[in-house]
Amino acid sequence: MNKAGERLYNGLIKENPTFVLMLGMCPTLAVTTSAMNGLGMGATTAVVLAMSNLIISLLRKLIPGKVRIPAFIVIIASFVTVLQLLLEALLPELNKALGVYIPLIVVNCIILGRAESYAYLSPPIPSLFDGIGMGLGFTFALTCIGAVRELLGTGAVFGYSIMPHSFTPIGIFVLAPGAFFVLAALTAFQNFLKITGAKAGKDVSKIQSGCSEDCMNCGEKGCSRRFYDNETNMEIIDLEKEEN
Amino acid sequence: MTSSVKELLIILISSSLVSNVVLSQFLGLCPFLGVSKKTNTAAGMGTAVIFVITLASAVSGIIYKYILQKFHVEYLQTIVFILVIAALVQFVEMFLRKAIPSLYEALGVYLPLITTNCAVLGVALTNVQKEYGILAGIVNGFATAVGFTISIIILAGLREKMEHNDFPESFKGMPAVLLTAGLMAIAFCGFSGLL
Repeated sequence: MNKAGERLYNGLIKENPTFVLMLGMCPTLAVTTSAMNGLGMGATTAVVLAMSNLIISLLRKLIPGKVRIPAFIVIIASFVTVLQLLLEALLPELNKALGVYIPLIVVNCIILGRAESYAYLSPPIPSLFDGIGMGLGFTFALTCIGAVRELLGTGAVFGYSIMPHSFTPIGIFVLAPGAFFVLAALTAFQNFLKITGAKAGKDVSKIQSGCSEDCMNCGEKGCSRRFYDNETNMEIIDLEKEEN
Repeated sequence: MTSSVKELLIILISSSLVSNVVLSQFLGLCPFLGVSKKTNTAAGMGTAVIFVITLASAVSGIIYKYILQKFHVEYLQTIVFILVIAALVQFVEMFLRKAIPSLYEALGVYLPLITTNCAVLGVALTNVQKEYGILAGIVNGFATAVGFTISIIILAGLREKMEHNDFPESFKGMPAVLLTAGLMAIAFCGFSGLL
């Protein structure tokens, strides 16, 4: 069971999808207006991630390589639909708050990325734990960002007011612009770690700044293959083709 | 379900400016941040997005009304829409390459990038959620894409201007772009009084 523990640690800390890999930024920005919404979105994504990883890993020998992306998408979309119906029935308020972002979990590049780069290549049990680890990492990150925004924007966390009365809420943090500012601060901190880490001679290649260079990975190829060249601005190199 | 001209106009303004797809709904952030280094590439991406989203909302609207609703399988919308959109983009790419090479030259490289762009699926799902008819859905799709194009071109213009500005080391690159986007989002908040 060591492998399982290692996958959990990897997803939660070492390759945290939000804080380290900077994947799936759309839902991260959109639903983190409060800690509760962040937690709900994270948990929903985590369940989809774990289940789709498990099923894709079980089916990996049956899915032909050429049609794997459409196959992944159908599997992921099925789980998203199941989850959406469950939320509608059990937690209608959360479902209403998250709205269109629940079905949009289908195009969250964390899920397709893990399917492509881990689950399709690995046995079921590690894949399941990889999904759980990544999902928990995502949930943790969304809850943190949601808590910070809720605290600054309303002075409360999870609806409990914890700031002193003299504190004036900075309302803009729960509105759309606040999301951009929080993410800007986060990426700046990441850059800072990267720069100081590189000076100290550490390996910082794992830390990515999401959409800065290689966001085009989020295209239909999943997160690992496609490369959009910013220098020439016109060239898309399919890494897979080059390898063959 | 026919919509009056006034309703369509309201949809047009609210989807393109008031609830801008990138700056207030956070859909399509990837191309917004990734392809906004130069104004001409940003304009190319914007045009491709207008083309694809308008087409996709027409097709998904028709499929929803005449297939999903007819057979009472509305719950399949997410699966059906994502597959239809992915297939549609591939088809459009092949069609343009054969039939209109000049347009393909201009838009071709952007098309594969839009396949799983969350804005495309987002518009199709919003159309269903808000119970827009087919025409209103197409208008909503077009307006959303125009909103995307407006904001990506503005961002690209700002990025060209601030390329050689002096930022603190840690804020160079993505953080500066995100701050710019945040300020743009504040500016776009001003449109909320419009309706």
